[in-house]
Amino acid sequence: MDIILDNLPGLLIAIPLLGAFLTPLVSRAGDAARNIWVLLTVALTSLCGLLIASRVLETGTIVYTFGVQHLSEIIPPDSGGIPIRIIFTIDPLSAFMLIIASIVSFCIILYSLSSMEKLSGKDGFFTLLLLLIAGVYGMIATGDLFNFFVFLEISSLAGAALVAYRIDKGVAAEAGLKYAALSTLGGLLFLVAIGFLYVQYNSLNMAVIASRMNLTGLDIIAFVLFFTALAMKCGAVPMHFWTPDSYAMAPSAVTAFLVVSSQASLYALFRVCFTLYGGQINPLTVGWVMIILGVLSMFIGVTMAIPQKDVKRLMAYHAVSQTGYMLLGVGVGLAALSSTCMFNSVGMTALKGGLFHIMNHALYKGLLFLTAGVIMYRCGTRNLNQLGGLGHNMKWTMVFFMIGALAIAGIPPFNGFASKLLIYESTFLFNPLLAVIAMVVSILTLASFVKVFHSMFMGPKLPEYEDVKEAPAPMLIAMAILAILVILFGIFPQTVIDTLVAPAATALIDYHGYAAAVLGAQS
Amino acid sequence: MIDNLPFLVVAITILLGLYTLLFRKDLIKMIMGISLIEAGVNLFLIALGYRWESIAPIFTGAPSLAMVMPTVQALTLTSIVIGVATLALLLSMVMIIYRHYHTTDVREVTKLQG
Repeated sequence: MDIILDNLPGLLIAIPLLGAFLTPLVSRAGDAARNIWVLLTVALTSLCGLLIASRVLETGTIVYTFGVQHLSEIIPPDSGGIPIRIIFTIDPLSAFMLIIASIVSFCIILYSLSSMEKLSGKDGFFTLLLLLIAGVYGMIATGDLFNFFVFLEISSLAGAALVAYRIDKGVAAEAGLKYAALSTLGGLLFLVAIGFLYVQYNSLNMAVIASRMNLTGLDIIAFVLFFTALAMKCGAVPMHFWTPDSYAMAPSAVTAFLVVSSQASLYALFRVCFTLYGGQINPLTVGWVMIILGVLSMFIGVTMAIPQKDVKRLMAYHAVSQTGYMLLGVGVGLAALSSTCMFNSVGMTALKGGLFHIMNHALYKGLLFLTAGVIMYRCGTRNLNQLGGLGHNMKWTMVFFMIGALAIAGIPPFNGFASKLLIYESTFLFNPLLAVIAMVVSILTLASFVKVFHSMFMGPKLPEYEDVKEAPAPMLIAMAILAILVILFGIFPQTVIDTLVAPAATALIDYHGYAAAVLGAQS
Repeated sequence: MIDNLPFLVVAITILLGLYTLLFRKDLIKMIMGISLIEAGVNLFLIALGYRWESIAPIFTGAPSLAMVMPTVQALTLTSIVIGVATLALLLSMVMIIYRHYHTTDVREVTKLQG
């Protein structure tokens, strides 16, 4: 038992990878066998993720090195103090992201077992989906820059292939091509930046680089490259143009997880700013860049969302807009680091708000995309002008959509309110204008979702959807899990903040602790 | 000067790739641009791995035990493999687009807008 518990971080990647490549083999034994296999794989992976997270929150950062037996061998004695093996460093922030990925990945697999039922090419679909999950877990858990690049590419390739999976007269392939080309370009920028750091510090380990960092000219170039590549991948304006296309064209379950994969890039962006360049970059400048990106994303995202007629495209623009809130919250936290007094009063709350919003966003956005998937599954269209009166037959879907919509608009008692309140409070003290913009965007979000709700569910029954049925049970269960969490997090926000978010925010600013966890293990 | 020659080549390759990606209107040529950037980045990594007056980490008959760590070479190999996979995926998507749209001109592959 102990050997399993000690090797959980390895299993976190090994199980979904193994599960992914065995899926086509298992499906030889029939559809039922494959469904059980896929569900078992993802359940085990999620269990691993949650176990690791609980251990991290209990005992502190886990440093896992591939290929050593004792912790003392992390840094070989003859390597000059450089860990040459691949190291996973899971601190409370990674644990926080692991929890998000675990919950959402389980829900989307459960959902797609049912939503894919009548479609062809299921072997490839589930293989790619498990690969995407493995890639995202790797991005979150790894403590090595090049390793991060590899997992980034795994998740981008699997994601792009999944976006294009339903070719849809070539339109989905167009979206997939955009996503793939952009991810490749982002990945290459990231790789150049890794090269800049390696040549100066002779290491790829984030902790080693962070402890040796002295901000030369090359480091600044590398920082800009990292920032651009990751901001591209997380879909912040002005690099957001791939988001609506790929989110709208991907199968809904995949979209729900693409949101998490964007957030893994966002996590990496924060990791680069706070840990890798911790204490070296000017927090005020970088913080303001992040705030401006956030405000632009918020505002442009929501204004682009309002005129959309395709429900998933509309939700995708809202995803861009919500990413802006996270950037705003964490950006204010970073900018406040410039003075201790300001950080204690404003920064910590803003950081907590920004991070908490990541989790809330993954839950309610996942829920919304899944309800959109149900509409698509039952009615065969995503065009708002053709839909209507679905509330008569799809009561549960309507309730879930309502929960998601109210949460995204920041209405109490749903979880979106809890995190947005933290962001409003802190940004108001930092700069009142930012808080005003954030609130206006929230109102516009509400307006947009009222329109969607009205045109999809309200009104008399339309003749073509006279006997449309409620979603099948697995889809309903997957949505119910997310909906219950949305409500629970909204009713008991303080518990969640104290147990999950506060340790993550503390870990984010504590770059000495991150480096010491890896380098200190040798003594 | 001669030390920096590889980096000059890297810069030229990456810039050519960026130019192709930004100013060519044909999807296949744009992907060629991405491929050029990739080649430039790989060359960059390999060029970083060379250290003057040091020996390759081949233990048989090595004059001393101080050797260069072959990290970047390993990185480059991985990066080449990833590059092949990306290239195949991109080109296969272009094939599908061509089959449905009968063109690979970016100005006409614009069904997703707004």
